[in-house]
Amino acid sequence: MKNLQELQDIRDKMKTIVNTRENHDDSVNIIVGMATCGIAAGARDILNKFNEEILKRDIHGVMVSQSGCMGNCQYEPMVQIIDGDKKTTYVCITPEKVKKIVEQHIIKKIPVTEFTIDQVK
Amino acid sequence: MEELSLNILDVVQNSITAQASLIEIEVDIDNHDFLTITIKDNGNGMDETAVKNALNPFYTTKSERNIGLGIPLFKQSAELTGGVFDIKSELNKGTVIKAVFDTNHIDYTPLGAVWDTVALLIQMNGKIDFVYTVKKDNQKFVCDTRKIKNEIGDLLLTDIKTIQLIKQYIEENHKQILKRSY
Repeated sequence: MKNLQELQDIRDKMKTIVNTRENHDDSVNIIVGMATCGIAAGARDILNKFNEEILKRDIHGVMVSQSGCMGNCQYEPMVQIIDGDKKTTYVCITPEKVKKIVEQHIIKKIPVTEFTIDQVK
Repeated sequence: MEELSLNILDVVQNSITAQASLIEIEVDIDNHDFLTITIKDNGNGMDETAVKNALNPFYTTKSERNIGLGIPLFKQSAELTGGVFDIKSELNKGTVIKAVFDTNHIDYTPLGAVWDTVALLIQMNGKIDFVYTVKKDNQKFVCDTRKIKNEIGDLLLTDIKTIQLIKQYIEENHKQILKRSY
């Protein structure tokens, strides 16, 4: 894509997707720590990887967002997944781990316990 | 930080905290391979004391922690190359941060994937407008989210698929202007 024209072309198609997404009540929120510590540890690539996996697998009802420092800088990059009232905190995340988290936690709804914070604390 | 684009991502978080509604990021390369990064926002701004404090790594506006390394790290990256760092701020007007780097210096940190940084900032901050400008050899490319919103509406701007396209759009044009990586 070299210009904005192409964006316009996908506009109508996208509108339907956004509408269906808005009607989703059971949305999952993926929060990536994006303070200095998180960024230095590679949080940007982690967020990119989540985007990539969600797009590739055409997953709906998932929101990716960022947070500040979560207070455990030595375990960055950290990711929190909030699904309804369940909160899971993952530590020392790598792009490979993201793939597993998307496959298991996001799709199958089974948290990947081996990467969670209680494994290191 | 491994890339200057990560410093940009980090420093812009301050503009977001300062409730800016418009954040302008500019990358400019002159004929002597000096790279200038300018980050300008219309946020709350700081008074003189706060500006001084911002350069101190043991200062932060966060209540739960007492260090803030974002600006000091960015300043250090510039000064390591013999470059300069400048921060100007006015209360209720906004802040301008300028850092100059000698890209031929051995301690220069590569600029890296600025498009990743800009796309991520757009995705995460739907309510804030971003202008990304890259300049070299009298050529420039500008990506302005206000224009994109006019084209596609702001609802879609934070959508992952739209963001991937915007990222490609920035990357292709950025590389075309700079001709090589810095």
